Amino acid sequence: MMERFIEGKMHVFGDNIDTDQIYPGQYLDVTDHEEMARYCLKGASAEFEEAFIKGDMVVAGKNFGCGSSRENAAIALKVRGVGCVVAKSFGRIFYRNAINLGLLLIVCPKIDEIAQMGASLRIDMDQHTAMNLETGNSAEIEPVSDYAMKILNAGGIKSLLRDEEMDPTV
Amino acid sequence: MHALEKILAAHAGVDKVCAGEIVNCDIDVAGINDLYPQAMYSFREINGKKVAHPERVVIFLDHYAPASTIRQAENQKQFREFAREQGIEGLMEVGQGVCHQILADKGYSAPGRLMVVTDSHTPTHGAFGAFSTGVGATDISCILKTGKLWFRVPEIIRINLEGELPPGVFAKDAILHVIGKLGADYAIYRGVEFAGSLIKKLSIAERMTLCNMTTEMGAKAAYIQPDSITEAFLQAKNISGYTIYETDPDFIAGAEHTFDVSELSPQIAAPSSVDHVSDLHEYAGIPVDQAFLGTCTGGRIDDIALAARILKGRKISPSTRMIVVPASKNTLQKAIEKGYMQDLIEAGCTFVTPGCAACLGTHQGLIAEGESCITSSSRNFPGRMGHKKGEIYLASPAAVAASALTGVITDPAPYLE
Repeated sequence: MMERFIEGKMHVFGDNIDTDQIYPGQYLDVTDHEEMARYCLKGASAEFEEAFIKGDMVVAGKNFGCGSSRENAAIALKVRGVGCVVAKSFGRIFYRNAINLGLLLIVCPKIDEIAQMGASLRIDMDQHTAMNLETGNSAEIEPVSDYAMKILNAGGIKSLLRDEEMDPTV
Repeated sequence: MHALEKILAAHAGVDKVCAGEIVNCDIDVAGINDLYPQAMYSFREINGKKVAHPERVVIFLDHYAPASTIRQAENQKQFREFAREQGIEGLMEVGQGVCHQILADKGYSAPGRLMVVTDSHTPTHGAFGAFSTGVGATDISCILKTGKLWFRVPEIIRINLEGELPPGVFAKDAILHVIGKLGADYAIYRGVEFAGSLIKKLSIAERMTLCNMTTEMGAKAAYIQPDSITEAFLQAKNISGYTIYETDPDFIAGAEHTFDVSELSPQIAAPSSVDHVSDLHEYAGIPVDQAFLGTCTGGRIDDIALAARILKGRKISPSTRMIVVPASKNTLQKAIEKGYMQDLIEAGCTFVTPGCAACLGTHQGLIAEGESCITSSSRNFPGRMGHKKGEIYLASPAAVAASALTGVITDPAPYLE
């Protein structure tokens, strides 16, 4: 089950971080998930790989994950250990891919007002807020839909699909 | 209801759906690209044994056509084995072309169908009045197992394109202009319908370009109401067994935008965002190291014909190179028949295997640090076609050819007279 509070150190990115930047095309023939994780966000930041610690959060502007349908982008973030991604908005295929894999995505339209590289962010899933723990400033987050939450609570759609007679919309 | 909603309702077996609702739908066409063996792995992880409807599944060996690394070759090999084992006859081998052009060429794309491909540019088939959308590998594995997939019914926005395109200005310019005005995130999760007087005159190829590029504004699906042009295209291919849905007269779109294209000049999306659009003139004269004509956005026979019209009997600039990638085998064959291939090769262009080629930055025409490329494809993200510090300009196929000719970004209009 999803915890009420999720906390992590912020790694801050800008608008329109596309899936090519999250997972560059030259590594698309990789099928091993651990290897995929090594290329996570390689097209967007040279420092991320070194600076990132499991459980940290990726924070971004609008349209995070736009572009290519490559599930590798969501896999790389998930396997790298990203606690959650908080952005103003997400590309739709990326959104589906991430939820399907059990990677929490939080839509926070005013995240830019509290985003701060290296500071800790706390998401409160009940109160629908994101708070910068260094400054105490907070911003409203959009609730995750019931359907997405059902998938996230199952740890991803695969565990729902394993049952023979399944209709995940029921 | 909108026609797109009616397609979802029919495939969910219900009378009515509304925006925001989640429905589980039967899929008519499920496409998998060679980039995603994960689709097969996920299928096994969810205890998939036998594919529900192998006749509805199409596998495309298009992104790595032909394989340029051993890993790519291994992945393609797994797909061939999977197709054999599962009785999937729709295996589109290396050289058949880009998935979206194959789907159109071979009659999979038709009105009223629900089409899902593991490629983001799947809204392309809205040009035929289909509901078509891109998904990831795990979503496709769900279709492989059950024949169905869940959808959130999208809100619909309508874009009216009015007037006639001036000489030298094409559907690609129109859609770049629209994306520039509305933004790369404008249509996230939404369905985009194109209407207006321009649409009624556009060929299927141009309609495909419009719908294809709605992906770059975040759209889930695109739609153009099928008309006599659609039916003539389908008839010529002897395609039947489809349903044309009509939007109810009382349907109200979530938003509506009207653009008059009569005065539009050639457009360009400058590095490194698809909505970084302006009149091409603002960038005219910037040197281009590579001109790239191809992909599911701009590699159709009409596009190659335009390039041949501009380049026939001329030579491209010695300071640039031009790569032509026919979108499909069918396109390549037509380009040979019509003599375009000869014209383009004599002008100094080179051809590569039908497929996605350099568009996604894996092979067949990557650019180096500091190089620039003008392309008829759909994306200019940093690093998309090679080095992160390469510069990608998106423009019409005609502008690509004209720029190859001069070696600098060039308005194609004077070369089309």
